[in-house]
Amino acid sequence: MSMFFDLLGGLLLVCGAAFLLFGGLGLVRMPDLFNRIQAGTKATTLGTLLTLAGVVCLRPEWGFKLLLIGLFILFTNPISSQVLARAAHRSGTKMSDKTCVDKLEEDFGEKP
Amino acid sequence: MKKAQDFALLFATLLLFWLLLNGSVAVDVVLVGIGVALLIPFLFRDSLAVFSELRVTPQALMAALAYAVYFVKELINANIRLARIVLSPSLPVEPGIVKVRTRLKSKMGRLLLANSITLTPGTLTVELDDEWLYVHWVKVESADVEAATTSIVAGFEQYLEVMYG
Repeated sequence: MSMFFDLLGGLLLVCGAAFLLFGGLGLVRMPDLFNRIQAGTKATTLGTLLTLAGVVCLRPEWGFKLLLIGLFILFTNPISSQVLARAAHRSGTKMSDKTCVDKLEEDFGEKP
Repeated sequence: MKKAQDFALLFATLLLFWLLLNGSVAVDVVLVGIGVALLIPFLFRDSLAVFSELRVTPQALMAALAYAVYFVKELINANIRLARIVLSPSLPVEPGIVKVRTRLKSKMGRLLLANSITLTPGTLTVELDDEWLYVHWVKVESADVEAATTSIVAGFEQYLEVMYG
């Protein structure tokens, strides 16, 4: 049984690491800041959660604390990304040439 | 009555966090936890009102469960799509910021909606303005407000509406 959990934990850790790697790749490859934030937020959230789940399988006694860490990540990660994106847009960060529509610019366009 | 219920809910949440953080139910740990969990709602009950908007009914609990399942599904889906975009040599993105409208009224409901949007396929909430949300979309499917609302918001809204209204 412990063998099974070791395997499962290892598998989850590898999956988590893979998603974190994709997130890192996204940070390098995406064309502008907003797309980079997207890559960073999603991949790090799932990547970290999978890593935490993997650790729970290997060390069940840490379960409660890891659950708390996961909850805090779920709540704080998107908020920090949203605030970063908003600050970037307000300070006039250039968007990629591929951008096809910007409703925010249309509604709040006139910069102070 | 409403005040007492808020107090009890906040107390229970704080105590639960304290116990999870300590990972033990020894007498001294629990006593300190109860003391602090009583003090904090007493001092900050107005500014922590976000908890009190949650409805505590069987339907709301069912909706919360369904929401959690849907959320996890969408989170995994989001990551697979992102991985596909990042790994394809042509980098097929078509970014833009679209505007969507939510029917949710409560602050906590809107917060959860904005967070959920950020964590799900290709979308990132940039700005909130009352009922309007400005969402950055990696692959814009439609710039139209109604169509974008159906595509981005509707999935989560049906659950959050029952939970928070």
